[in-house]
Amino acid sequence: MLSPESLKKIDREIAKYPDGKQQSAVMAALRIAQDEKGWLAPETIEFVAGYLGMAPIAAHEVATFYNMYNLQPVGKYKITICTNLPCTLMGVEPTVEHLKRKLGIGFGETTPDGKFTLKEGECMGSCGDGPVALVNNVRLCARLTPDEADRILAGLE
Amino acid sequence: MANEVIFHSIHLPESWKLENYLKAGGYDALKKVLAEKISPDEIINQVKTSVLRGRGGAGFPTGLKWSFMPKNYPGDKYLVCNSDEGEPGTFKDRDIIRLNPHQLIEGMIIGGYTLGAKVGYNYIHGEIWECYERFEAALDEARAAGLLGKNILGSGWDFDIHAHHGYGAYVCGEETALLESIEGKKGQPRFKPPFPASFGLYGKPTTINNTETLASIPYIVKHGGQKFLELGKPNNGGTKIFSVSGHVNNPGNFEIGMGTPFSELLKMAGGMKDGRKLKAVIPGGSSVPVVPGEIMMDLTMDYDSIAKAGSYLGAGSVIVMDDTVCMVRALERLSYFYYEESCGQCTPCREGTGWLYRVIHRIEHGLGKPEDLDLLESVAGNIMGRTICALGDAAAMPVQGMLKHYRNEFEYHIQHKKCMV
Repeated sequence: MLSPESLKKIDREIAKYPDGKQQSAVMAALRIAQDEKGWLAPETIEFVAGYLGMAPIAAHEVATFYNMYNLQPVGKYKITICTNLPCTLMGVEPTVEHLKRKLGIGFGETTPDGKFTLKEGECMGSCGDGPVALVNNVRLCARLTPDEADRILAGLE
Repeated sequence: MANEVIFHSIHLPESWKLENYLKAGGYDALKKVLAEKISPDEIINQVKTSVLRGRGGAGFPTGLKWSFMPKNYPGDKYLVCNSDEGEPGTFKDRDIIRLNPHQLIEGMIIGGYTLGAKVGYNYIHGEIWECYERFEAALDEARAAGLLGKNILGSGWDFDIHAHHGYGAYVCGEETALLESIEGKKGQPRFKPPFPASFGLYGKPTTINNTETLASIPYIVKHGGQKFLELGKPNNGGTKIFSVSGHVNNPGNFEIGMGTPFSELLKMAGGMKDGRKLKAVIPGGSSVPVVPGEIMMDLTMDYDSIAKAGSYLGAGSVIVMDDTVCMVRALERLSYFYYEESCGQCTPCREGTGWLYRVIHRIEHGLGKPEDLDLLESVAGNIMGRTICALGDAAAMPVQGMLKHYRNEFEYHIQHKKCMV
């Protein structure tokens, strides 16, 4: 269900916690599963639960509580844009409008070619670099003017 | 006095590497503790003398918190660092981990020694992934150098630290939600008491401190609590990192002495953008009441001064707004945040945050009614103090602050169905 590489990564996470407390690794394990599969299908979540010896419902609770897990398929590049107050004060609105127009999609939507998903995000703890966006949960993009957004899009193949 | 305690070495190239931290005197405090066998009680005394107050927002005295840990507990104890920084306006812990991770690690090791902990966990906000990776790399460096893990510096004492990442839930910044999250559950806060010092991670005694708090410890141990206290002002010891965002020319983090005038901090942040007029400041992160600009210009940046003005220093997260800002719009966005982030456990918060957002939303969109302002005050008042954790209060306080200082803008919106500004 998951690749040997992913399982190795999950084992490394399990080792961080005391014996018998492997459920503590569920957040990392779901993230690792998502990195491999692109999103968390119910059977992926249940596989992770089984691997960690926890009830499937407990893993579903975690997957649905934290908003960086993708519970539906997303585009190759998921762009999460913070629209909270500091990023708004620092000019995120023109960037959001620009991206929506350019990609032809709204928040929560994916381009027909499956390349880009736009998502409205909450505070990323990086307000000094605002407006900020996060690509695929890992790459933080700072000072996101419409021009900077174009530059980043051009770099995503 | 700028960059005295935590940012002292960040001007160095690759300041996050162990070799560069060591060159800047890093790990001297840990070496001193282990070589001189300084007692945990003596360290706690120094931390009390320093008047270091919790940098995560509540400002609780750290030395006192440390003294709550049971001393002769027979089982495992834990130290947890809270780097789940996700309150709008707050972005200091990210720079501590990014630019000086070893000082945090050193502070955590000394904390672990003082509290008798077996393991430390650093819970890092999921959105700052580069920090999670950098922190893990720094842990590897420390282990390889014998500073962490088994038999630290030949002392015979073992202590390890691990990183745990969040994945998008503001409420996990609340310390017991954070513990639930480390245990692999939904991040819903626990009812207290029992407090974490008696029933914490896995039901064991646990101390939870903010990143900046723990990163201040090496300085206090190295130079003494008195010297740290003198960097700030009485009852507000030390330097503090202020995160300035919004309408300024040079947003960013500034480590300055507690008690520095706000006007100086504003100057450091490059002054008002486009030379516009300062309208208002949210001085401690999005959950504290707003302070009008003219009042703010007379305040100093410390817990006591900001509290006198009816707000809180919080985590030192300063959101600056100029005279183009519509307060109805600003509050609408903040209220949406709390509505989105409420964990749903307590009815006043789960339902109340929805009411706050929907009522402010309709005012902003020209559908407000004259009785809406009383309704907002009633809902906010009914959330305050009636929930398990402070997220409910955090949603209510911005509403109360805005209505106190900018009620006329809300009334104008209701009457004219458009912004005053």
